[in-house]
Parts: sequence; structure tokens; C-alpha cells
Amino acid sequence: MKARVFVTLKPSVFDPQGHTIAEALHSLGYVTVADVRQGKFFELDLTLASEADAERLATEVADRVLANPVIESFRVELAREVRR
Amino acid sequence: MTFAVVVFPGSNCDHDAYYAIEQVLGQRAAFVWHKDSSLGGADVVILPGGFAFGDYLRTGAIARFSPIMTAVRAFAEAGGPVLGICNGFQILLECGMLPGAMLRNRDVKFHCEFVGVRVDRTDTPFTSAARVGQVLRMPIAHGEGNYFAPPETIDELEATGRIVFRYADARGATTDVANPNGSLHSIAGICNAGRNVVGLMPHPERACELAVGSADGLVLFQSVVKTLADRGAVHAGV
Repeated sequence: MKARVFVTLKPSVFDPQGHTIAEALHSLGYVTVADVRQGKFFELDLTLASEADAERLATEVADRVLANPVIESFRVELAREVRR
Repeated sequence: MTFAVVVFPGSNCDHDAYYAIEQVLGQRAAFVWHKDSSLGGADVVILPGGFAFGDYLRTGAIARFSPIMTAVRAFAEAGGPVLGICNGFQILLECGMLPGAMLRNRDVKFHCEFVGVRVDRTDTPFTSAARVGQVLRMPIAHGEGNYFAPPETIDELEATGRIVFRYADARGATTDVANPNGSLHSIAGICNAGRNVVGLMPHPERACELAVGSADGLVLFQSVVKTLADRGAVHAGV
């Protein structure tokens, strides 16, 4: 099972990278992009069968390591592997 | 007096610190590998600058789980003086020994330059030989030195006099121009509630001899020697 973790800066925290990207988009003419917030995306490949266990583990890992709770918040999504 | 200089994979100011302590300060320095569990009876602990574990994920995020950090925490809780320089400061923030976090510099650029650093508090072991208001000329070299903490934390730091260093111009004014990275309240360095753990982004160990542009950083190391000497007894170590 795969767990996806999205880490973003909290809304109250200034995002220098997102701000720079937004300015670059504006200079390219994309004036309808009002703002950009940059974040991180992690895909965890888990050897767990239970969705509850997977969610618990992914949440623990995100809270303890992947995100810094002082400046960042995170969201966990579970995804069963799609057979090709 | 022995200074333990902790070495993480990716530390690159460990030798600068070692040199400053041994050759300029005239005290003993000992490298301690991050996988060690003992600080070898050191009197002072230095977490040096660099890019521990490549700063992957976030600065200091992986280093805080190194075995030596358990000993560093115990040393600090026993009142031992700990100085985190640049990446060492970032590690102290990540492991919660100091409050707050570092954001990317507000202009998203890596800054490598001399800056003015005003000493606001001399009641820490690393500033006891300095003067309040003294402006030290020291280099910075970082991409993530934009100090952030929630408003209530900033208020507490201000109210309890825990902002030890601020970026300032040569006259000691904390102007926006003198702030190289956008740090809140021009914060360059802070201490913990016990005042024995100090972290700062500028590099005092790279400013200990006039031959490298400034000797102003030496006062931090002289301070801890003075503080420990004043205490009469050298800390037992962990």
C-alpha cells in the first residue's frame, strides 16, 4: 500500500520560494495566479495490509520526521497500488 | 578545559572550530563522532556548521536523531554549555532544545558575507565576556537562516531576554537593510530558558583572527572559558 504525505508551510508562515515563483509567473504574464505556496510531496511504499495501520504509520512518520510542526502542516492520503 | 566538537556526516566547520579552540583560544578540543554515545567528559559542547546529512528533508532534520544528541541533551539538562553554530543552531531547533524554525532566506539566496551582530545579552556562558550593545563583525554562510517562531514564542523570547544576538549595522541599529535573511525581530541567535544552550547563525569560529578578516568571534569562546573559570569548578561532563 502507498501513503502519500503532503507537507506545506502553515498559512501564517511566509513562503519565500512560493513568493518568488508567483513573481516569476506574473512576469511571464500569468497575472491570474494570485499566489503560490510551495510544499513537499512524499510517497511512502508500505508493507502493511491494513488501511488503518498504514494511516497510523504514515501519520506518525509525517509528524515526527517529514514535517516540522513549528512551521509546517501535513495531510496523509492512502492509495492502493494500481495494477498496470 | 575541553571542548567537544560534534562531527556529523556533512559537518564542514568542525575543523574551523577545532582550530579556533586549540590554536587561538589555547584550550583543548576533541572531535566526537555523531554515532558516539559519550561526550568524553567535555566541559563545553560545540555543534558546528555545515550540512549535516546533506540537509536533506530540512536543515538539521535528520541529524537530530543521531545517537550523540541524547548525550548532548543530557549534558545541556545538567547545565553544561552548548553552542550551536549555523547548522548546529538549526539542529538545536529541530530537536527542540531551542524554540522556532528556520525558513529559506527571504530573498531565496545563499548569503556568504560579513554581517554586524549585536550582543543583546551577556548573561549566557557564550557572551559573558562581551558588552551589551557590542557589535561583532562575523561571517554568515547560509540559505536557511530566516528565523521564524509563532508570535507567542517571539513574545516570550523578548520578555525573558532570550534573544542574545541581533543583526545590526555598525552603529548597532537593527535596520531592515542590516537583516540579511528576513529573521523576525532581526534574530541572529537565542538561548534556552536555562541560558546555557545558545544557537546563532553567524560563524564566530571563522572570525577568530584578523588574518581572516575579523577576530570578533573569539569573545564567544573566551566567554565560556571565563564563565566556567568563574564557576570555580569545571563541569563534570556526561
